[in-house]
Amino acid sequence: MITRPAVTGYALQLGDDALIMAQRLGEWVSYAPELEEDVALGNIALDLLGQARALLSYAGEAEGRGRTEDDLAYFRDEREFTNLQIVELARGDFAEEMARQLAFSGYQFELYQRLQGSRDETLAAVAAKAVKEVAYHRDHATQWTLRLGDGTQESHRRMQAGLTRIWPYVDEMFRQDPLGEALAGDGLAVDASELRPAWTQYVAAVLREATLAWPETPAAPGGGRQGRHTEQMGYLLAEMQYLARCHPGARW
Amino acid sequence: MNAGPADIREAVGQVPDPEIPVLTIADLGILRDVRIGPGGCVEVTITPTYSGCPAMDTIAEDIAETCARHGWPDVTVRRELSPAWTTDWMTDEGKRKLREFGIAPPARRCGPAAGPVPVPLSVRCPRCGSPDTREINRFGSTACKALYACNACLEPFDYFKAL
Repeated sequence: MITRPAVTGYALQLGDDALIMAQRLGEWVSYAPELEEDVALGNIALDLLGQARALLSYAGEAEGRGRTEDDLAYFRDEREFTNLQIVELARGDFAEEMARQLAFSGYQFELYQRLQGSRDETLAAVAAKAVKEVAYHRDHATQWTLRLGDGTQESHRRMQAGLTRIWPYVDEMFRQDPLGEALAGDGLAVDASELRPAWTQYVAAVLREATLAWPETPAAPGGGRQGRHTEQMGYLLAEMQYLARCHPGARW
Repeated sequence: MNAGPADIREAVGQVPDPEIPVLTIADLGILRDVRIGPGGCVEVTITPTYSGCPAMDTIAEDIAETCARHGWPDVTVRRELSPAWTTDWMTDEGKRKLREFGIAPPARRCGPAAGPVPVPLSVRCPRCGSPDTREINRFGSTACKALYACNACLEPFDYFKAL
């Protein structure tokens, strides 16, 4: 028996991933190594924000308590956010960001591709739209991984170091989650653990071509889906939610 | 003076895109449906180009204003995500206008029906028509565009990405 709270929770998980990643990527504007990348990362952030809006609006609707996308984005506290920890990690150097983008957009690609077939019409529609966008994001990260990995000695060193710092947070993306698992059984959601083989195959091919080694770092404890976050999350939320909380109901 | 139902459909289709004003929302293929309900309520369905397209709110307002101006003040604008928008919905007229405006129109996406081996066509310079162009940035001034430059006439230009 599928209850609406389960759908609400699932839409929140995916919406929080997109929202928090969008917020982190927005920080790059004016800090990227070249103007073109300010534009690129800003555009990727915008796509993710669009996905987040659709998912959070739907979560609010399914919950049935009248909460809007803004209520969910700005008036929940840290423990109520169920995003993966990989998206909240503080901005590192550009190579580290590309490592994160490769890992995360690769995950989103596999997820949305399967979610298009969901029996839930809204989730299927969001996924069908988003999969085309994240395919482009993944390609962008792939191009940079190849360029930096197979570039100069210094760019190779930085790309490898970036992968090493991000990799402990990869495992969490594919952990079985009771919510996703239950909904997947009913054809509504995707069981995250099923995504790992396809993701690994793609990323391994990229790293091989980029002359980079697969990092053998142990997995971090994780817990983002249960509302447990890293130290960086609070700072991110403080910045993201500040204006809405100082001026409740403020509009453009 | 109230416009007739056919006229109001035509008028809504003529609403310009706020980011590329040479194109109408009908040219872009983001106008999905215009219906006149009982009691003269106009129900318009639009779909975003990209999930985060920031022009959607302005477009919805412009549609409501256009209808009101034509004597149909009761308007509902619905947003629909499915089926997902594709540049294949852009009209030939829209592609011609884009080119004249200095933006290279999107190439047709190669579906399975297009043949066993999809061949990516080069992007032609909208100014001199040369196929000898290069990509400067995969992302551009809006979510739907990439930045190119022409190797023949040396002008940079926007390319409307095929999606």
